[in-house]
This record gives sequence, structure tokens and C-alpha cells, in this order.
Amino acid sequence: MPKVTVDGVELEVPQGATVLQAAELAGKEIPRFCYHERLSIAGNCRMCLVEVKPGPPKPQASCALPAADGQEIRTDTEMVKKAREGVMEFLLINHPLDCPICDQGGECDLQDQAIAYGRGGSRFEENKRAVTEKYMGPIVKTVMTRCIHCTRCVRFSEEVAGVEEIGAIGRGEAMQITSYLEQAVHSELSGNVIDLCPVGALTSKPYAFEARPWELKKTLGIDVSDAVGTNIRFDSRGREVLRVLPRVNDNVNEEWATDKTRYMVDGLVRRRLDKPFVRKGGKLVEMSWDEAFKAIAKVAKKAGKSVAAIAGDMVDCETMFAARELLGAMGSKMLEGRQTGLAYDTSNLAAVNFNSTINGIEEADAILLIGTNLRWEAPLVNTRIRKAIKRGAKVFAVGPETDLTYKVEWLGEDAKVLGKLPKAVSDALKGAGKPAIIMGGGALAMEGVHGAALKLADKFKMIRDDWNGFNVLHFSAARMGGLMLGYAQEGGLADIVASKPALLFALGADEVDYNQFEGSFKVYIGHHGDAGAHAADVILPAAAYPEKNGTYVNLEGRVQFSNKAVFAPGDAREDWSILRALSDVLGHTLPFDSFDACRAAMAKAVPALGYEGLANYDWAPPKLDSKCEGVLGYPIKDFYLTNSVARASATMQRCSAELLHADDMLEAAE
Amino acid sequence: MSFDFLQDKDRIFTNVYGFQSPNLKAAQARGDWDNTKDLVGLGHDKIIEEIKASGLRGRGGAGFPTGLKWSFMPKEAPKDAQGNPRPSFLVINADESEPGSCKDREIMRGDPHKLIEGALVAGYAMRARAAYIYIRGEYIAEAIALEKAVAEAYDAGLIGKNAAGSGYDFDVFVHRGAGAYICGEETAMIESLEGKKGQPRLKPPFPAGAGLYGCPTTVNNVESIAVVPTIMRRSGAWFASFGRENNHGTKLFQVSGHVEKPAVFEEAMSIPFKDMIEKHCGGITGGWDNLLAVIPGGSSVPLVPAEQIMNAPMDFDGLKDVGSGLGTAAVIVMDKSTDIVRAISRLSYFYKHESCGQCTPCREGTGWMWRVMEKMRDGNAEIEDIDTLYEVTKQVEGHTICALGDAAAWPIQGLIRHFRPEMERRIREQQGSGAEIMEAAE
Repeated sequence: MPKVTVDGVELEVPQGATVLQAAELAGKEIPRFCYHERLSIAGNCRMCLVEVKPGPPKPQASCALPAADGQEIRTDTEMVKKAREGVMEFLLINHPLDCPICDQGGECDLQDQAIAYGRGGSRFEENKRAVTEKYMGPIVKTVMTRCIHCTRCVRFSEEVAGVEEIGAIGRGEAMQITSYLEQAVHSELSGNVIDLCPVGALTSKPYAFEARPWELKKTLGIDVSDAVGTNIRFDSRGREVLRVLPRVNDNVNEEWATDKTRYMVDGLVRRRLDKPFVRKGGKLVEMSWDEAFKAIAKVAKKAGKSVAAIAGDMVDCETMFAARELLGAMGSKMLEGRQTGLAYDTSNLAAVNFNSTINGIEEADAILLIGTNLRWEAPLVNTRIRKAIKRGAKVFAVGPETDLTYKVEWLGEDAKVLGKLPKAVSDALKGAGKPAIIMGGGALAMEGVHGAALKLADKFKMIRDDWNGFNVLHFSAARMGGLMLGYAQEGGLADIVASKPALLFALGADEVDYNQFEGSFKVYIGHHGDAGAHAADVILPAAAYPEKNGTYVNLEGRVQFSNKAVFAPGDAREDWSILRALSDVLGHTLPFDSFDACRAAMAKAVPALGYEGLANYDWAPPKLDSKCEGVLGYPIKDFYLTNSVARASATMQRCSAELLHADDMLEAAE
Repeated sequence: MSFDFLQDKDRIFTNVYGFQSPNLKAAQARGDWDNTKDLVGLGHDKIIEEIKASGLRGRGGAGFPTGLKWSFMPKEAPKDAQGNPRPSFLVINADESEPGSCKDREIMRGDPHKLIEGALVAGYAMRARAAYIYIRGEYIAEAIALEKAVAEAYDAGLIGKNAAGSGYDFDVFVHRGAGAYICGEETAMIESLEGKKGQPRLKPPFPAGAGLYGCPTTVNNVESIAVVPTIMRRSGAWFASFGRENNHGTKLFQVSGHVEKPAVFEEAMSIPFKDMIEKHCGGITGGWDNLLAVIPGGSSVPLVPAEQIMNAPMDFDGLKDVGSGLGTAAVIVMDKSTDIVRAISRLSYFYKHESCGQCTPCREGTGWMWRVMEKMRDGNAEIEDIDTLYEVTKQVEGHTICALGDAAAWPIQGLIRHFRPEMERRIREQQGSGAEIMEAAE
């Protein structure tokens, strides 16, 4: 470990650290624009200049200089100060200084650092450069005159997102950052360039001129748009969530978030269920809570034990737990969360879990993807696979060919190939130190694939002392929590249908084909007027994910708590309290009166849900039929419209129309 | 006059003027490709030793000792992630774009085989697999001549498999640039060769460690490579016999501007400026009293006023002593008819135009400097603006990724250092005339 001196303080730094990192370890703040921990080093902003001895008698860019033994680093000399002031002056001469009308104001690196290194006034008397706006799609708003050419966005799109659609054209002061042919950037992660941009060149289009950062209440939450469990922050003002930003969690989302995570929140104020409804003469009529409860109680009395519950993709564990307790009290165990009828074996949770962990999959050196469009099912797992490839991993895939942003060897669409893998694939898996299988939604839908995948995991010894390479990739935030709470029947949804329940609770379940439940009295407890509400006989308005505390389990079995940021609109209530109140009316009073009591009761019933962190599932795979044949499909048809919030979101609809259905639009215009 | 001018028998480039044919046969008659097999047969280290002994310093401008540069190349091929050995490459910089420089084009037009033979010998010495000659996009005729010569050499078996019967496989590729000055910077050239935007890389890693496609690479100027076969034939000691200590050898000088006969010629290093002009260029237009200033090494070095340059020896150290540099030995002579501020302003425009835009000081600074220089031209500024301008050049200099920032700053610094009174005169005149007009208007 090299020993360096930073401003007279001697310290040891890790091998391979840069001078910038060394200075940070010594507690010195180094200003920077282009440098970013998760991107490659560009060294072009020249803001991080420091003096280093031994070395040339001029300041050095600390972000790009490796720390070496015996180095004497100075961050506080006159030369360093002058150099940084000089760079700051250069950055500002062509910057419009339109902070009062810039959305970055208050969270702008340039603003902050100009306070430390800026001159009082400008010596630049010429005209400032103006740059035309560039179109980057429905998410990213550009004001390119503000651009300081740090190229973070270019490096992000190339290195992390894997779409080479942002770049620089022109040279010298005419250099401009633009998207390819000035078209929308085709990435599910494009919103991250907004966070990366150190100035106001790339800002959020849906959030334009909405608020200043200091007006916002920040609440820590968990995202429910997919099963990754992205750690997010709700920025809210009053009763409205204005934006969602990712938090740093290296085990889950690093510091990225998908566009859906960020921008489906504008759907939270549209199509909301804010009053209880009861169906009268075929029409849903507004009612009071009392009347709605009474209508349910009337049916429940006759139904007896013939009750079932279906959980949607976004519900929290507490809701599912409360419903489970209520049904249990009524004498039923008919719980199911797999709305579309999947019926894979859930006897061992480890066999349906992402065992390598999201962080761990980076270390895999041979990966077999089965029926998964990772780019849509879990974009942030996809970025991890890109990292694995950068480290030398080989990736094979079974399923229809699609662009996953990296090089994949496609083995055909038919699952039959799992029975007899080509030699190249089996050699790669055999020779790998950490081989892995990832089976996605398409694979779970086909009989026999689960068994075949388990067989392969066994054959190639993917389960070792320090490594479990068998992974199932879910894309519903509620899935793992639901499985832990018993929301799975042996035959899946078909079992529920077969039982012909007289009373059916739909907990935000919007992906179910309700035609199967024609004879049932359907109570929809949810927040959006979507498929579930359309079919319902009674609607009980509930809270969406930023409007309640909740526990979520992500696809790797990571239990995470989300906090309440705003209140639900109108008469809507938090789900657990609805079920608690209803239980009273039905005569099966649930034994908790507060959310905390509910959570405590749940932790008692399923201890793993009581602690944040990875739940421990013991590996005991079931013996399953491994014969499979047929073309694998991908369950997600439209990345931007996978849930009721996203479907209500204007931004997501715009994304879908423009990025996925641009050709249809063109045709319609003709 | 005590200087020993270079005699014809000691000239390396015998066809720079193109009086003879550049083709293989004529080149061989001039001594090229004469038993190249034996030169290669000397072995890697022997060649590098000989070049070191010759005192050859890079002819592209920076003057880094060529033999030393070659010795940085790995003796054992480094392994890649899969354990396969990586090849090494020689990249020859023929992107001659510096205003004033015009020597490489004469080599490529008249003596292309010296370059190709040099590529083989140098490439062998540094264990390179192939040489890439990156030629400036605007050099159409030169590229055609060079491509023809490469084809000739391939046909004659001089390069390619078992090059010149030496048992060494060596390829030479000609790659045309697209007209960017910055691609003459070695790492930008490597980026451009790889098909990327021509922007300099951060150093370290240096090209000798990770260059073209991440492989060990040496980038040399055309002239540095083209003199190698002759040095090997006539010995390093012969080459070292020219010029002063530390500045040995012969050099192609290119004199342009206000001389009677502008010319490109080969001369021994350290020739005094005055002797050089008198002998090769027929003197300064209007006589020596008419000389205003000289830019001795291509546009990026500071100018030197007449009285200081007169007896300065034309070599790396001699010009450093007068606050300038030899650069590529592209001597731009300006007599007293020159608008010196405008001349430097034009250079500022060039650097503003050619800045790659990657790093901040150069991208923003070159434009600023040029705009202020334009104001200085007519004196349409304040006296303090000269100080501001000087400070701006200092803010650019030494703060950039590559040397283009320095190159843009130095000419202006030279101007302010030597011609500040002229700049102030223009400003005063302008203000004076302005005051008169104001008065008249009242």
C-alpha cells in the first residue's frame, strides 16, 4: 500500500487509488466535474488540479494520476488555488449564468464550486457562446448552452446503459454534446444522465420548473416498478410526490434508477381511486366507507369459507399479511400473487430466488439466460451483467433474440436446447469459476424449464460453498414477499379459479383476467382505476407506494423498508388499516391497531420480514420434471406500462409511444 | 564565418527536391534498401544502442531522444487477459500540420523509401509487428506517392513476410487522416487510428505501455524514422559529428516568410541563424536591418525578435536560450512590413480552430485569447487587457491534457514579452483618435 503525504499529513492509501482518492481519504475535498466514481476517468474538466511531487512543475489532474509511494500531494498551495480559479473562470465565460431560471439551481456542482473558486466578476467581455437544444427524448430536457462538456453523460450511456447514442460532435469551442441524429435516446436508464450532469444542461423534462430542491421533503423509499427494489428518495411538496431520485446502495441499484422508477410518479395523481365505490345495477356508485363495508359483510356472511385473495405486483408485505390473517380468520388459505397464472413450484424459496445476488452476479464468468429479457425485466440487473462481461464473462441466452446491450450468444428460441446444450456452452459453463443461470418470466411460464434449469445447475456444479449460481429473476416487487407469506397455490391462479370463491379480495391486482371470476363478488383494494377496479363489485380506495410505510422483498430476497412520503388522496386509506377496519365489520377483528403492530405481528409470523437485509433461504431444490419444449416468450410487452401507476402516467405513456411504438405513430399519421 | 556547412556527401536526403524519381529503382541507386537484411541482422539492442550513440533527438518538435524512446518498448510481449501476447506497434507521425512545417511532405514525395526502410529497421529494433503511417488528410499527392512506394516495397519483398530477407515479418500500413491538427499529438493519433474522435488521451499510461489498441506503441516523426537507415549505415558517431553537444545530427530546415528564397534544405544542426539565411535563402527581404522577428520552430513556439535571433545557433538548446524552441525547425521569418499583432492573432485563430474541445482550459481559453487578440490588432482595447490576456495564457499553459494549450499560449506570450510597446501604441492611438472624435462631435 503506497504511503503518500497530503498537505503534510502522511497516510497509506489502497493499491491502485488515484491522487484524488488519496486526498479524499485525507479529508481534503477536491472539486471536480468530469470525475465520477462509477464511470471511466476522462480527466477533461481540469478542476481537480493538485500539486504533486515528484512530478513536472505544473499542477496535475488528480483524478487521473495514480497515487504512488512517497508522493507529496498539496491541495492548498497558491498554485493549486490559482489553477482551479483559472479553470473555473474558463468554465464560466461561456456559461449563461441563468441560474434563476435553471432547474439545476440549488443542486448544481458548478454553482457550488463557483462559490469556492469563482472570481467576483467576469473579465470576459466578448459574446457568450449559444448552443441549440438537442432532443434526447421524453425524459431529458436539454439546455446545451449550459453544457460544460464533462462527458459524464457520454460515458454513462456508453459504459453503463450500453447504448452508444450520446456523443460529442464538433471540436474546440464548437464541440457539442448531442444524441445520435438528435433522436430520443433508446435506453431504459436515460434519466440517470440528469443526475450525472453537474450543471443544468440535462434536466428532467417532466419535472421542469416544478420546484426548487430546498422546498422538497425528502423521504427514503423503495421502488416497486420492478423486483430490483431500487432504493429511492421521494421528493415531495404538500401532498404530491414531485420526483423520485435513486439513493446509493451498492448491493442493489448502485446509484442508478430506471426511467420507470423515476418518472411513473406523475401517474400517482391521475386515475386515482379516492372514494369507495359499490356496483349498483351494473354501475359503480360512490358510497361511504360504511356502506361499502356493509355490502361486503352481506356477501361475506353467505360466503363463509369460500374466500380468496389475489395480491398485485406492487403491494407491500404488510398488506398481504393483513389480508392473509383476515382470510385465515375466515377459514381460507386461498392466497395467490402470480396474477397471470404462473404455477411454478414454490416448495423451496431458494429455488425461485436470485441466489447470486445482484451484486454477486458481477463476478459470474459464464452466464446462461433462459427466457428473460433482462433489459425490460430488470434493467439494473442488466447493467451488472454488462459489468460481468467487462470482466470477461461469457453470456449465452435461450429465447427470441433481442438487444440486451451486450454481446450474447443466442442458442435459439426453443427451450428444447436446455436438454442438450451445444458443446461450446457446456464447455464454458464447465470451465467457469462462477457459472450462473438466470431464468426469467418467460422461463417460469413454461412447464419443465424450471426443472431443466435446476438440473443444469446441478450438472455444472453451480451451487458451491461460496457461490450459488442458480437465479430466478422476478419482475414484480411483491413477488418474493408474497411467496414468503404463502401467496402461492400449487396450481397457481387456476386453483383459485377452480375453488370458485364467493368473495374475492383483489389487493391492487390489475393483471388478472377477471373473466375467470364471473361468479365471485370482487372487492378491489387498490389505488388506481385500472383493470382490477373495472371488474370490481366494491372498490376500497387504498394508498400507493409513496403513501404508506411498507416492507418489500426484492428478487434476491432482500427485505427493505419503505417510508411514507405523502398522504393518500381523498378518502383513500392505507391498505392495512382498510383490512383492519373491514375485519371489524366482518367479525374477525385483526389483532393490531397500528402499522407498527401490524409489522410486528408479521415479523412474528415470518421472522425474516422483520429485519432489513437478505433473507436466508435454505437451498433444497425440489425434484422437478425437466422435459421441456416450445418457443420461449417474454412476458413484458411494454416496458413503460407494466403497472397501474405507470399506465396512468403521462410521461410513461409518452415514452411508450415514442420509444417503443414510434413506427406505429408514423403509420397512423399517414 | 566559422561554421562548417553540411557537405553534399553528408546529406541524408538526396532527393528532397524531387529532381530524381522517387521509385524503388532510383531509391536503390541512391543507396536505400542496400543490404537492409544486415542492418536488421545487427539485432534489436544493437540498433537502439547505435541510435542512442548518434544523439538523434525526435524531429517532431519535442526533441525527445529517439533511442531512449525506443528502449521503453517491452522486450517481452505483455500478455492480455486471455494470456495471449500483445503485439507492439510503430506509429509514424506524418500528420504534418503545424503552420510553417513542410519537411515530411518532401521526404514522402521524394524519398519515400527512406521512410519505409526506416520503418522496418526501427520497427524491428523495438520489436514492432507493424508500422502505421498516419498521413495528414490534405496530403493527397504525398499519400499517393507513399502508397505507391509501400506497394513497390511489398512487391519487392522488402516488407511483409520475411521482410528484405531478414526473416522478420513486418507490415507497413498507410492511414490517411481527416484534416485535424490535433491528430498530430501522439495519443490523439492513436485514438484516430482506432477509429475514434481524435482527442488526446491522459498520460499515464504512456503509449509505450498501452498505445494503439492497448498494445505497446511508439510514435515517431517521419524524419526521425527516415534518417535511421543512413545512421545505421554510416554509424552513430558520424551522425553525432554534426551539431553541438546534445544537439547532434543533420536536420531538414524549412524557411518561409520574408526571405529572398524560401526553401527546405538539409543542414547540420546548430548552424547560426544568420549563416543559414545567407547561405540557403539569399538573405532577408530588404536586408538584415529590415528583419523584425522570427518564429524559429513552427507556429507553436514563441517568436524571437531580430537582434536576439541573429547569432543564435539553430538547435534545441540554442533556441531555448532565447526563450523559444527548435520545434520542427520550421523557420518563419517576418520583416518590418509585418503586422506582428495580426500575425500572432492569425495563429491564435488557428489554435482556436484546431482545439479538440476535450479539456476546459484549451476549449474555452483558445477562443478567448483569439478574440482578445483580434481586439489588440486594432488597439480596440484597454492597456489592462494586455495583462488580462497574459494571465489567460498562463491559465491555459500547463493546465491541459496535451500540449496544444501550451502551443496556443506561447506565441501570445512571446508577442507580449517582445512587442508590448507596439501593442500599447495601438491602444493609445485608438483611444487618442477616439478622444479626438469625441471632442469633434461635441
